[in-house]
Amino acid sequence: MVFQRLTAFALIGLTTATQVGAEAGGDPTRGEALFRQCSGCHQIGEGAENRIGPQLNHIFDRAAGAVEGFRYSNGLSRAAAVGLAWNYDTLDAFIENPRTLVSNTRMSFRGMPDQQDRDDLVAYLRVFSDSPMNIPEAAPTARAVDHAVAPEVLAVVGDPAYGEYLSGECTSCHQKSGASDGIPSITNWRAEDFVIAMHAYKDGVRAHPVMQMMAGRLSTEEIAALAAYFERIDQKV
Amino acid sequence: MPLNRRTFIGAVVATSGVISTPMLRAQGRPRVVVIGGGAGGATAARYIAKDSDGAIDVTLVEPSRAYYTCFFSNLYIGGFREMNSLGHSYGTLAAEYGINVVHDWAVAVDRDAKTVTLASGGVLPYDRLIVSPGIDFVDGAVKGWDVSAQNVMPHAYKAGSQTELLKAQILAMPEGGTFAMVAPPNPYRCPPGPYERVSMVAHLLKQVNPTAKIIVADPKANFSKQGLFEEGWAANYAGMIERVGPEFGGGNVEVDPVAMTISIDGDVNRIDVCNVIPAMKAGRIAQIAGITEGNWAPVNAHDMSSKMDSNIHVLGDAAAQGDMPKSGYAANSQAKVCANAVRGALTGSTVFPARFANTCWSLIDTDNGVKVGATYEATPEKIATVNGFISEIGESAELRAATYRESIGWYEGITVDIFG
Ligand SMILES: Cc1cc2nc3c(=O)[nH]c(=O)nc-3n(C[C@H](O)[C@H](O)[C@H](O)COP(=O)(O)OP(=O)(O)OC[C@H]3O[C@@H](n4cnc5c(N)ncnc54)[C@H](O)[C@@H]3O)c2cc1C
Repeated sequence: MVFQRLTAFALIGLTTATQVGAEAGGDPTRGEALFRQCSGCHQIGEGAENRIGPQLNHIFDRAAGAVEGFRYSNGLSRAAAVGLAWNYDTLDAFIENPRTLVSNTRMSFRGMPDQQDRDDLVAYLRVFSDSPMNIPEAAPTARAVDHAVAPEVLAVVGDPAYGEYLSGECTSCHQKSGASDGIPSITNWRAEDFVIAMHAYKDGVRAHPVMQMMAGRLSTEEIAALAAYFERIDQKV
Repeated sequence: MPLNRRTFIGAVVATSGVISTPMLRAQGRPRVVVIGGGAGGATAARYIAKDSDGAIDVTLVEPSRAYYTCFFSNLYIGGFREMNSLGHSYGTLAAEYGINVVHDWAVAVDRDAKTVTLASGGVLPYDRLIVSPGIDFVDGAVKGWDVSAQNVMPHAYKAGSQTELLKAQILAMPEGGTFAMVAPPNPYRCPPGPYERVSMVAHLLKQVNPTAKIIVADPKANFSKQGLFEEGWAANYAGMIERVGPEFGGGNVEVDPVAMTISIDGDVNRIDVCNVIPAMKAGRIAQIAGITEGNWAPVNAHDMSSKMDSNIHVLGDAAAQGDMPKSGYAANSQAKVCANAVRGALTGSTVFPARFANTCWSLIDTDNGVKVGATYEATPEKIATVNGFISEIGESAELRAATYRESIGWYEGITVDIFG
């Protein structure tokens, strides 16, 4: 029976996770306390159900956007279709700032900047998953990179005229009108969201080969220029 | 008209002398003539007209009133698209961007007088000429075939009636009949194109004529996305497709459009449909203009200008530019670099560094899309590859379906970018 299995599993999980978690630098007990920031929307553990957000049991074992009966945002569904799966790195990046991975996610969480907090929270989530993928068992060598876009990068003011020229590379696929069939809209995004998303592709945190390739050779100034252009695209004279 | 930001920047740059003196004509606006309203030419015309806000007089010369894209024409054969969904008119370019669209053939270019002569006899003067005429076929490339045979053995490598003819022939094949393709040697328009076509023909035959066979005579040892196509053919069209490569004489081909036979390395086969895709060269007008070397028109990578004439730019399939494949995406990408450079030369607007990209999607079967792409930069010698990617063998069905949906979005996006 589902409930029993979960309960039993959660117990076993807890004991092992406490051990492993200590090694890995993540403390699930502390994580449980931190989970209060999530529990307004998410449930986890025995009998967990979908609420504002999907239930989080077995999150380590699945592709993104895969909880039955939960209606995901288009952004999250799209990220899932091109291969977003939950593992240590992606959860770490998502919890640090959800918009790094999914720009128009409905998850309105400002993010958890502290690496130790995220490790602890992820260690707690892991307790409720069967076969956690790629958790660094021997920290700190396997510690994830810092995904947050540095404040000085976010502060770069882009030149919209240069952005307009560069946007020619975007409009071979993305439509300025904001049409979003098959290819998402990038029109009128907040500049900050644009910058965060492009750096996530550039760093390879977001999975999409075309976007990783395109973002891969854009400099910080070029990304800022594009962001400035697309933010105000329809106010252009 | 408001003095917008762009004009302002242009003026500052011009007076500060960073860019050579703009060629502003006292008696009128500078004139750009574009030959060919396809992926390269229409994009260039639109970007120059749009970004110069009327400061440049743009004329687009194109014989057809509707352009049917070669891209996705294989999907029409496979039954995934209607032909009319591939047609695009020049109405928006004329009405919204103020481009003079002239439906005629360019028949001559006088490079000294800087004029283009039209079939109707009209003469168009230019300050800059952009040539994007696509491809023509090399005479005598396939023994037994010339363009007069194209209504019996279609190439379907310029889209529209040729594509419709090929599909009608496939649908009329006798049960268990044979479809033959003569694949072209490198370089040619759309490297994965013949193999996407084989996939789509197989998809169609599997439904209407499942015992039919496909034979491909290929002069190339390897082809684009080969591993992905072969994986897809084995999984979806097992036993249907035979490809004869050069090691078995796939390059030694002769066809007979009267007897409807194909001889591959001396072995004569009766066939029911024969899709001949001959070796290609730049559209004839490039040769007439005297800007070709061999079959193609060499260009400088940073602005797509002809190596023979700095007042002429060549785009798309006709250009010999280096590493980019001959694709609609590539032609569109080159056109934007060219438009920026031409505008800068004629009005003094800022010229940004050249950057190019390409991605080619192909459909193998229902919801089974794959893609390959790369970015490029201008070097003194050529357009050179920077980085790239390709779909992987064994990808999930969901990812392949997402890739196909993405290709549909790409088609909508790029056709808006080309035709407005
Ligand atoms: C089956 C097939 C599938 C393809 N699939 C894809 C794909 O999925 N993705 C992709 O990116 N590319 C694809 N391509 C390639 C793409 O169609 C071409 O690379 C692209 O059209 C090249 O653009 P162009 O401007 O050089 O030439 P074209 O688009 O062919 O335009 C040339 C235009 O010039 C006109 N013209 C020629 N001579 C004259 C003259 N003397 N005077 C006036 N006008 C003239 C012609 O009428 C034509 O309209 C495919 C091609 C084929 C055949």
